[in-house]
Amino acid sequence: MKAAVIRFPGSNCDQDCHYALQRVFGISTDYVWHKDSSLKGYDLVVLPGGFSYGDYLRCGAIARFSPIMKAVTDYANAGGLLIGICNGFQVLTESRLLPGALVRNRSLHFICEHRFLRVGATDNPFLNLAQPGQVLNIPIAHGEGNYTADQATLEELNANRQILVRYCDAKGTVSEAANPNGSLNNIAGICNAGRNVFGLMPHPERACEARLGSEDGNVIFQSILKYLKN
Amino acid sequence: MKARVTVMPKKSVLDPQGVAVRDAIAHHGFPQISMVRIGKVMEIEIDEAGPDAEARLHEICADLLSNPVIEDYVLQIEG
Repeated sequence: MKAAVIRFPGSNCDQDCHYALQRVFGISTDYVWHKDSSLKGYDLVVLPGGFSYGDYLRCGAIARFSPIMKAVTDYANAGGLLIGICNGFQVLTESRLLPGALVRNRSLHFICEHRFLRVGATDNPFLNLAQPGQVLNIPIAHGEGNYTADQATLEELNANRQILVRYCDAKGTVSEAANPNGSLNNIAGICNAGRNVFGLMPHPERACEARLGSEDGNVIFQSILKYLKN
Repeated sequence: MKARVTVMPKKSVLDPQGVAVRDAIAHHGFPQISMVRIGKVMEIEIDEAGPDAEARLHEICADLLSNPVIEDYVLQIEG
């Protein structure tokens, strides 16, 4: 089993992702530079957080045109498991691998804090070990995490059970008060219709050991491992 | 050939920067201003523009310079 963490100029959560995958879960993990053009032999590809290309133009807009993104798109279209965290989620929406867009937080503030997430659909490779309604404590760190989409897209996301995590309070109640950034319907993470591409603003790799304050991100990595082993 | 591209957030998308600036203007003593929306202007220069230059610019506007999910663009050719 092999994983790839893509590095763009300005990625800064690449080492955290590598640490979680390799040190915590023992998955052989390579860094793949944005100028590379092949993802042959990988079972999991991660687009990490950061500020690719300085967030110029729009977050993720320039990374989308990196040479490696052609391979990422082909890999995803062939059914490969792909997860985009934070800036990686922004790259996925800019690349149209996931619907919608991420815009400036409602408050205009960069928010860096632990948040509670309510698990939605679990019939996917990323949350198959979680329970629907389970509450996860995972940090966010972003200025542009306000998920937006038109009404038709939202209806499609709901109908296809593509909303995997929503911001909630400690008890699991999804409310306006628990929405940190103004995201439509408190959306924190979605998958594509094919259920092999997952984008989320929160950082599961920063919640992978008790000493980090939470191990709740592990259910995502464990679910991926279980899926790949089967 | 020169071109000017104006990119604005769609009317349906909340523009929190615009709202913050509108509120600042109100605090500045001009509360009659009811709406501010903030976009981007890009000035582009093209060497040896071919006959398809405008069509290619539209392509770039839709594909890179704006995100059609959240933004609209206007392309002006300035000769």
